[in-house]
Amino acid sequence: MTDESARSRSASNGAVTTAGDGGTPARPATPPSGIRRIRMPQKLRNLEFWLLIVACVINAAAIVLVQLGALGRVDTQLVLLGAGLSVLVFGLHISMRFVARDADPFLLPIATVLNGLGIAMIYRIDIAEGDAGWDSAAVRQIAWSAIAIICAIATIFVIRNHRVLFRYTYLAGLVAIILLILPLVPGLGQSRGGAQVWIGFGDIATFQPGEIAKIALAVFFAGYLVRNRDSLSMVGRKFLGMRFPRGRDLGPLLIVWALSMSVIVFQRDLGTALLYFGLFLVMLYVATSRLSWVVLGLSLFLAGAIIASQTLDYVGNRFANWLTPFSDERFNADPGGSYQLVQGLFGLANGGLIGTGWGQGRPDLTPVPQSDYIIASLGEELGLAGIFAILALYLLFVARGFRIGFAGQDDFGKLLGVGLAFVVALQVFIVVGGVTRVIPLTGLTTPFLAAGGSSLVANWIIVALLLRLSDTVRNHPRLVIDG
Amino acid sequence: MNRELKRVSIVALVMFVTLLVSSTLIQFVQADALAADPRNSRTLYESYSVERGPILVDGDPIAYSTATDDFYRFQRTYANGPLYAPITGYIPVNGEATGLERSLNDYLSGQSSSQFFDQLNRLISGQDPVGASVEVAIDKVAQQAAWDALGDYTGAVVVTEPETGRILAMVTKPTFDPNSMTVHDGEQVQATYEGLLADPGDPLFNRATGGDMNPPGSVFKLVVTAAALESGRYTPDSTFPNPGEFTLPGSTSVVRNSGGGTCGGGATVTLADALRLSCNIPFAELGIELGDNAIRDQAEKFGFDHEFLIPTGTEPSTYPQGLDDAQTALSAFGQGSVRATPLQMALVSAAIANDGIVMNPNLVDQITAPDFTPLEEFEASEFGRAISESTADTMVQMMVNGVENGAASNARIDGVSVAGKTGTAENGEDDPYTLWFTGFAPADDPQYAITVLVEDGGGLGQEGYGNLIAAPIAKQVLEAVLNK
Repeated sequence: MTDESARSRSASNGAVTTAGDGGTPARPATPPSGIRRIRMPQKLRNLEFWLLIVACVINAAAIVLVQLGALGRVDTQLVLLGAGLSVLVFGLHISMRFVARDADPFLLPIATVLNGLGIAMIYRIDIAEGDAGWDSAAVRQIAWSAIAIICAIATIFVIRNHRVLFRYTYLAGLVAIILLILPLVPGLGQSRGGAQVWIGFGDIATFQPGEIAKIALAVFFAGYLVRNRDSLSMVGRKFLGMRFPRGRDLGPLLIVWALSMSVIVFQRDLGTALLYFGLFLVMLYVATSRLSWVVLGLSLFLAGAIIASQTLDYVGNRFANWLTPFSDERFNADPGGSYQLVQGLFGLANGGLIGTGWGQGRPDLTPVPQSDYIIASLGEELGLAGIFAILALYLLFVARGFRIGFAGQDDFGKLLGVGLAFVVALQVFIVVGGVTRVIPLTGLTTPFLAAGGSSLVANWIIVALLLRLSDTVRNHPRLVIDG
Repeated sequence: MNRELKRVSIVALVMFVTLLVSSTLIQFVQADALAADPRNSRTLYESYSVERGPILVDGDPIAYSTATDDFYRFQRTYANGPLYAPITGYIPVNGEATGLERSLNDYLSGQSSSQFFDQLNRLISGQDPVGASVEVAIDKVAQQAAWDALGDYTGAVVVTEPETGRILAMVTKPTFDPNSMTVHDGEQVQATYEGLLADPGDPLFNRATGGDMNPPGSVFKLVVTAAALESGRYTPDSTFPNPGEFTLPGSTSVVRNSGGGTCGGGATVTLADALRLSCNIPFAELGIELGDNAIRDQAEKFGFDHEFLIPTGTEPSTYPQGLDDAQTALSAFGQGSVRATPLQMALVSAAIANDGIVMNPNLVDQITAPDFTPLEEFEASEFGRAISESTADTMVQMMVNGVENGAASNARIDGVSVAGKTGTAENGEDDPYTLWFTGFAPADDPQYAITVLVEDGGGLGQEGYGNLIAAPIAKQVLEAVLNK
């Protein structure tokens, strides 16, 4: 090695250190006693940097393996498009070095690798179905991913302190309601697969506003509950060994319940209703620490779901398919039969423990293999091992979110962090649980993986908000241990 | 707040553990059961994407796969398709496979457990999987002779080797070309299939082992004779009253001998003559004396009410339950609700030829891995003893008499002693008869057992009879194989 190259290497090392430091004042080498040791911020970002490299390598490898498995050759065009996304992800990473230095280092790499695996699988199904160019769902997914990541960067820059959101609690509630009503507006709303949850003009630029609404709802619930938790915590009569809330405080629960039920009835979307209601119940429980709210809420929802399964055909079909998917009657019923569910199970079974390998299975035999059923497609080609890895990634993602709840200083931030993390966990449970027959199948997107622009935008904004929250947590060393 | 958070985290953890368990149940515990579901088209596609092994007759392929450039990767082709259709069956790109393509799919597609190490080896070395080849027992000469002899009749011919149960020929007509079911176009296959289903000649039926089950008529008298001799109460010389008409007990229905009149003249007739001349009245009387249980026991010893796997599934022949005397009398000459397949009647003849032992019928000789190591070799196996050796000897002589100077005279072959029995079964009052012949040759050293079925009276309605149409077919096939 010549002297010159050694010099340039050390110079570049120096540059990285400077960027990582971001001009913060030096911290003491050993933390004062009584204060948790805080990792140096550039270390967090550097860890994130290397994890992102790993994530991007996995994603590129997935796309190349899909091409080798399904095409038998490497096509550089899509690899380049994917590389473009990596640049954007690193853009988010560099933004954080400036405006969220102490943010959690795991969230971004996990979201990146899940997003990338989703694109690889969608691309794989494009190949099976012969779609290319702008017909290709993978190309559209990459475009939406770019938009979503840009939205996340914007969120990180615009919302410098999450407490700003607390001020807009009721605005967030109003936005959520408007977003939910939009698909029902004549001329704007569109129905697909029976569910009235899309908006758009013609075939272009369709959007599922309910995905964004879940963020607005989390903000609203967090703000509202922090403001009103005292009255909601008041206990009334004791019944069946449990103290139940006062009758006059039942209003909010009943309103959210009614909202969920109207989603079931008018938008014909069981999964979304369950998602919103579950989110509310968990946040209500964390805010008030009253288990009776959960009991009450779950009973209400179950009652509603049972009535719906008796009166609404589509709900009844979902339940019947769940209970007896293999009966010929259910399998051959069209519409509303169990064909998709059973095909998904066949696909998963075909994958077995280690999967068929990228491009080697037949996930395209299952209807909508790239959106609602992407987890079955991944299960077929990556096997049980792949499913475990993906679920572990989600679990880690959710755990990082809960960590904010545990470590946060302000109740609003804690509640919001828990709410956003739980909504991802619940959504994964509803989708994967539906595919694997834990619960009746309902149409929801698998976060980050499934084809769909609105879902990507919403989940990347959740990433940005969680990053922002985690940055705040670490930025303020905790002196008081528990509240 | 943190106590609640901890609980919520536990709930989230439980949700994820549930998903881990549910996916394990599907992808590991239930995976094999799901793969075996007949609606699982993935299993079918998997079996397509390997080079399926050939099905061979005397070393020549009657079914083989050739590489193609399309989605399915291999084209299945049937040489001499219509001739071998009831043996090979077909494996379509959509829907279910039939014949050996179905029953030996695991071997042909290389998925059987005995090929596990071969699969592993190929997986590691990166070679494409190849299925095993199946050598069938079918004798080319016998199969072609049976095809030619049956001509344009609707029916079936089965030839077996009495000592081993090997099926040497299995022909059914009308038939179809299995190549039409393996084109790589699902809609075309579906259209072809629906066309074949709607065809009034029912070409998809394998009349040798099932299809529209026919009454056996007089060939069933062999079973009743066997039951009588086995009971120890009768010999070929036992006599029965010989009226020209017989009124069934408890009814006004009248049974007549074919051709009318008494059985060969005289006030009484022996069992031997009744079988030789194929008279109905003595057998009606014998049936009532024996009772339906004795006849059913004997029938079941010959293989009735049992599904033989050859290894393709077959339709069991049936002897009805709970008969009164009138119904028992009808059943004793193969009418009423008795139903039999040519394969079953071939088993009856073969058992008589094989000293009374029924051998399990079998289409397959050997299954060989692509590297020529044998995976399965089929050995002759006994289904059970139907009759004693002495009863068998007696019945061989009675059947030889039937051909030499009895109702089965058209099966006579110069220089060879043939044992046989004809049948002419009624279907409905005005429906054409079902014509039968079953027998074996040479009678002193049985090499071939044969059963011929001709439906629709051979085109002659109620004018056709077994000795006129079925016996000459058997004769032609036997001559061909004996002169080989």
